[in-house]
Amino acid sequence: METATLDRIDRDRMLELYRQHRELLSAHDPPRVKAVRDEAFHAFQRLGFPDRKLEEWRNTDLTGSFGRSYDYPLLPMQGMDIQKVFRCQIPHMDTAILGQLNGWFVSRDVPLMELGNGMIFGSLSEAVKKYPALVERHLGRIAQTEKDGFAALNGAFATDGTFICIPDGVRSDKAVQLVNVIQHPANVFIQSRNLIILGKGARLTLVHCDDSYDHQPSFSNIVNEIALEEGAFLDHYKLQNLNNNSTLVSSTWFQLEQKARLDSHFLTLNGGLLRNNTYVTFCGADGQANVYGLYLMDRRQHIDHYLFVDHAAQGCTSRELFKGILDENATGVFNGHVLVRRQASGTNAYQNNRNLLLTDTARVHSKPFLEIYNDDVKCSHGSTTGQLDPDAMFYLRQRGISEDNARMLLMFAFADEIVNRITIDPLRYRIEDMVKKRLQGELQICEQCVLHCSTPEHPVEFDIDASKI
Amino acid sequence: MHMLLKITNLHAAIGDKEILKGINLKVQAGEVHAIMGPNGTGKSTLASVIAGREVFTVTRGEILYKGKDLFKLSVEERAREGIFLGFQYPVEIPGVSITNFMRTAVNEVRKYKGLDPLPAGGFLRLMDERKKLVEIASNLTNRSVNEGFSGGEKKRNEIFQMAMLDPTLAILDETDSGLDIDALRVVANGVNKLRTSANAFVVITHYQRLLDYIVPDHVHVLYEGRIVRSGGKELALELEEKGYDWLKPKA
Repeated sequence: METATLDRIDRDRMLELYRQHRELLSAHDPPRVKAVRDEAFHAFQRLGFPDRKLEEWRNTDLTGSFGRSYDYPLLPMQGMDIQKVFRCQIPHMDTAILGQLNGWFVSRDVPLMELGNGMIFGSLSEAVKKYPALVERHLGRIAQTEKDGFAALNGAFATDGTFICIPDGVRSDKAVQLVNVIQHPANVFIQSRNLIILGKGARLTLVHCDDSYDHQPSFSNIVNEIALEEGAFLDHYKLQNLNNNSTLVSSTWFQLEQKARLDSHFLTLNGGLLRNNTYVTFCGADGQANVYGLYLMDRRQHIDHYLFVDHAAQGCTSRELFKGILDENATGVFNGHVLVRRQASGTNAYQNNRNLLLTDTARVHSKPFLEIYNDDVKCSHGSTTGQLDPDAMFYLRQRGISEDNARMLLMFAFADEIVNRITIDPLRYRIEDMVKKRLQGELQICEQCVLHCSTPEHPVEFDIDASKI
Repeated sequence: MHMLLKITNLHAAIGDKEILKGINLKVQAGEVHAIMGPNGTGKSTLASVIAGREVFTVTRGEILYKGKDLFKLSVEERAREGIFLGFQYPVEIPGVSITNFMRTAVNEVRKYKGLDPLPAGGFLRLMDERKKLVEIASNLTNRSVNEGFSGGEKKRNEIFQMAMLDPTLAILDETDSGLDIDALRVVANGVNKLRTSANAFVVITHYQRLLDYIVPDHVHVLYEGRIVRSGGKELALELEEKGYDWLKPKA
């Protein structure tokens, strides 16, 4: 097991680490993948890490996260109890589970599987070897490493992650659940890369979870490249339930060809400092992207959603709705940028960010932004931040409902606008349950598993039957 | 007869503005009181103060409810003790279904009274029975509380909630305003069906027409924060005929 150590994270240390281990990192790269890696390295050399002088990072301070020491795993780590990953399965949900430990794909039996219908899933590093042409066509070509220091760094370093390819016309009946678990005896810095390709008319439900199993600090810099070819449909769920000492920069690029459709749901229940970069690019006409977010933060947790929706083709529809509940000293950022290019006539774009602040010390910076270069468009944006409606509180209490339950009912109703968009019933029930527990302050990183999957369900003392809301 | 509500020399203000300037009112079990009066004289304030709305400050006076100091009880405690306020402007609460809202409310009231929560089946039966009693459309309860409801639907929903909670003292704050004659009948029938010798209703209204359907035992006229005249049901008719001007104190 090869693990390097960093006494802190900064540009020079990362450049040095790369130079020391360049051979190991690129050992299995086909020439074009190696070229992409080199390009990314040069981009990082130029860009370094973003800091608060950049408009897009103005309200997110990584200094504390950078200042710690970290182990940097250069090879897959051992010691994962594979059963733990599978325990995270959501009851009654028929999913294929793919596990990652500290960014490395954990093989259940074989590292890469090809099913009878042509669907491939498994380790990205194996896919690079076995399907070089397929991987080369997409890897590093969807993510834009030349502008973003984190993406560039990931491009230089990442050697593994998960690879999924659904061939043309194939509809995956089973949802795929990708569980990324962080567990390490010391602080750990993780960089993995996931590549997901949906062929023409392909269909996939992907549940992508970021989980911690302990309270150890971690820093993850993850890049997800997701290609949706013509008429493909991806129902995407990103579940984030990390410990309070975790830092996560998760960048996801969705590239949509003609008539492709994306439904994406970012559900954040816990974490220390989280930054989600979401990029949606409409490359072909008549695409549709619905991107929803729900974040429930408290203590000193920080969540930053950066979204960039690029309408580069005509007749596409994008809809973003992000809702947050921030308690105690939690802080949030919503930066939504919709670009409608000159050629993108017939665009429909809508973005909205709504926040509930439960204390005077919780804060949110919300900036929805439209940039439009075509007249034939329908665009709207909005942002509201406030407290629970006192009239609604009085109304509920006048019917005999306690102040606590009235607050809970209103908060749950607020969150439910996002939760009720989850189309997989067992997942929705589970998320409803987790949201209830979270709003009651009960959800904590449990010893075995953050999803409480391996422990018997604790009955929730909650008078409100949320399933009937 | 059993005294439910006894208001003595009640003064209440919002900010620096005094709205109630010495209200005296007694309501006994089995009675229906109508409170009438022009706009802005303090009718809704009186209802809000009884329900416990925090924006109003009580500056003087007392309210005894079932012999107890009402001001010592929180909003929800008053509700659990049987005080129901039918809102003039019912609040829209997106995302909360009426079913779940009422189930939470009914069970919290039961808990307060030391009763077990109603099981789902029992609750649904109670809901069906109450919907029939107050003639509320069955599908109304599947919707979010008041969201997108017409004025009439909102008021029917208030009456339905009243029927569910079976209050001891119901205060209906201009529940009749803006209603067509059918909705008005639904509201009035609800009150008439729920009337018993053990409960009481205070009906705040602008118009005499509601009192064609709900026959009050006492009618009070509120003007500039005081009850300036009390009488029987014939007072309402007199007001209908003459308006309020004759009751205003001469300058």
